Amino acid sequence: MRTPAFILVLTAVAAALYFTFNFVGNDYLFFAGYVVLQYIVLATAWNILGGYCGYVNFGSAGFFAIGVYTTIFFYTVGQKIDTLMPDWLIAPMKLIFPLPLPVLIVLAGLVAGIVGLGMGYLTLRLRGVFFAIATLALTVVMETFIVNWSFVGGSRGAYVIPPNEVPIFGNYIHFLFALMLLLVVIALTSARLIERSWLGVGFATIRDDELAAEASGVPTLRLKLVATVVSGALMGMAGAPFPYYIGYVEPASAFNLSYAVNSIAMPMIGGTTSWVGPLVGALLLGTLQQVATVTISSAVNLLIVGLLLIFFVIIAPRGIVGLYQDWFGKSRKGAKP
Amino acid sequence: MTDIHTAAPLLEIEQLGKRFGGFVALDGVNLSVPRGQRLGLIGPNGSGKSTLVNCICGALQNETGSITFDGIKVDGMVAHQRTRQGLARSFQLPRPFRSMTVAENIRVPLLYTVNARPGTHLSQSELDDRCMELLKLVTLDAKARKYTTDLTQVEMRKLELARAMAAEPKLLIADESMAGLSHSEVEDIVALLIRMNERGVTIIMIEHIMRAVMTFSQRLVVLVSGKKIADGEPADVIQNKEVVGAYLGQ
Repeated sequence: MRTPAFILVLTAVAAALYFTFNFVGNDYLFFAGYVVLQYIVLATAWNILGGYCGYVNFGSAGFFAIGVYTTIFFYTVGQKIDTLMPDWLIAPMKLIFPLPLPVLIVLAGLVAGIVGLGMGYLTLRLRGVFFAIATLALTVVMETFIVNWSFVGGSRGAYVIPPNEVPIFGNYIHFLFALMLLLVVIALTSARLIERSWLGVGFATIRDDELAAEASGVPTLRLKLVATVVSGALMGMAGAPFPYYIGYVEPASAFNLSYAVNSIAMPMIGGTTSWVGPLVGALLLGTLQQVATVTISSAVNLLIVGLLLIFFVIIAPRGIVGLYQDWFGKSRKGAKP
Repeated sequence: MTDIHTAAPLLEIEQLGKRFGGFVALDGVNLSVPRGQRLGLIGPNGSGKSTLVNCICGALQNETGSITFDGIKVDGMVAHQRTRQGLARSFQLPRPFRSMTVAENIRVPLLYTVNARPGTHLSQSELDDRCMELLKLVTLDAKARKYTTDLTQVEMRKLELARAMAAEPKLLIADESMAGLSHSEVEDIVALLIRMNERGVTIIMIEHIMRAVMTFSQRLVVLVSGKKIADGEPADVIQNKEVVGAYLGQ
């Protein structure tokens, strides 16, 4: 399927989902659906570096939080224009602020992309467990920085008051859900485009054998930096609407371990070598977690992730997509001897 | 083909040095390789052959000396830049891209090396044609759609050579391409390397199998303890007392 057709199909599915939820008329579906969609974006973003290139990033929570705090930063600037800006700048700034959420999402993507580039330069000469530890350490550094930055709330956290209603969508959660659907379309399209382009071929060579890739003319460092930037930017974009969704953000929630764990577990369970894997994994795990939250307890979420991860690592190391390929004799990307 | 006696050397190595901690892997190696030559490089285990290859190809950076390839100093260039300059290698242990088919393996250098050169852009059909042409050269065309895990040891070696050739190199370094192969398989690979050389590619062959070295080489260089101890006609070099001593013990 060509990319424009793929985008059309994806948009149609997204629209159908939105209107179905709207028709059911229960706002809980939008709240729960938002979280699942957020995880689809996070898992897809993680997979660009972790699945396609084979670099396991434990810093997803950090990139997600960059998106969260970009929103908090600009929201706070908008709230404090009178005290922050010189008199002559107040009037023009009040025309710009508060920034609309779609603009904040783009800004969060830019900031997270730039941080991704920096992280790439610092860490991409490391491999395996050393790279994973470095990304985890960078997240801790970022969290410490945020905890001590009072402008964005520091350790006490920050409040964001979303408007009650937005034009066209009405209820704000409907608007947030629609935005997240759009992000899912963007993330899946980007992942699929990468996978099918020369970039995807290059990423696969890095995953398979970096030395042989270099010997074949693949500029491995440059490609890894591209992967880190795209992956980081998408994670940041996923985090940008979060303060409007939850209303109150503190470092412990923005940098929550569950983002890092889910971002890894979902592609691993779905399958890491194609864009379908993270989608399937996030849909399965995300939905299970939401059901468990309302039927058992939210504390059981990580237990579900752990059990499923153990099951898939042992039974189907190439995830659900790998199982499907084995059963139906399809191509077996990422096959290990 | 260019006259090897009149043209400037394709590869010029001067006073190349490399240490690993206190161990001297290469100690002031000088080597000049004319265009079109078939050079055999031999030496006992630990003599520095693979380190030399890694330094030439950019997998390791030399600490002293210089490497000039096709008139350009390549010291400091990373490996993929050297490949794009026309310097290709095969690995001692085959390193195929395991998630790809045989044909897809060949496409990688075509995409990233040939297409990256100024003024070259191969279309999809041209890429397919080149892949099949190279696979025919190494007699792997029937396995184009197979995954590399389905290949035998000798087929893996052939794939390594075909992938190196796909980068359209001026110089190909074949690092122990025949290790562990049977008599007939060795003959097969030697014939393949000679066919590649006939296409105008200069080849440095690193090998322990002397029968193959003698059949293949127009010139033979011997490394021992990181130093070049002999360089010349193969028949003369193997009679050299220092070489005999290095292999058989003093």
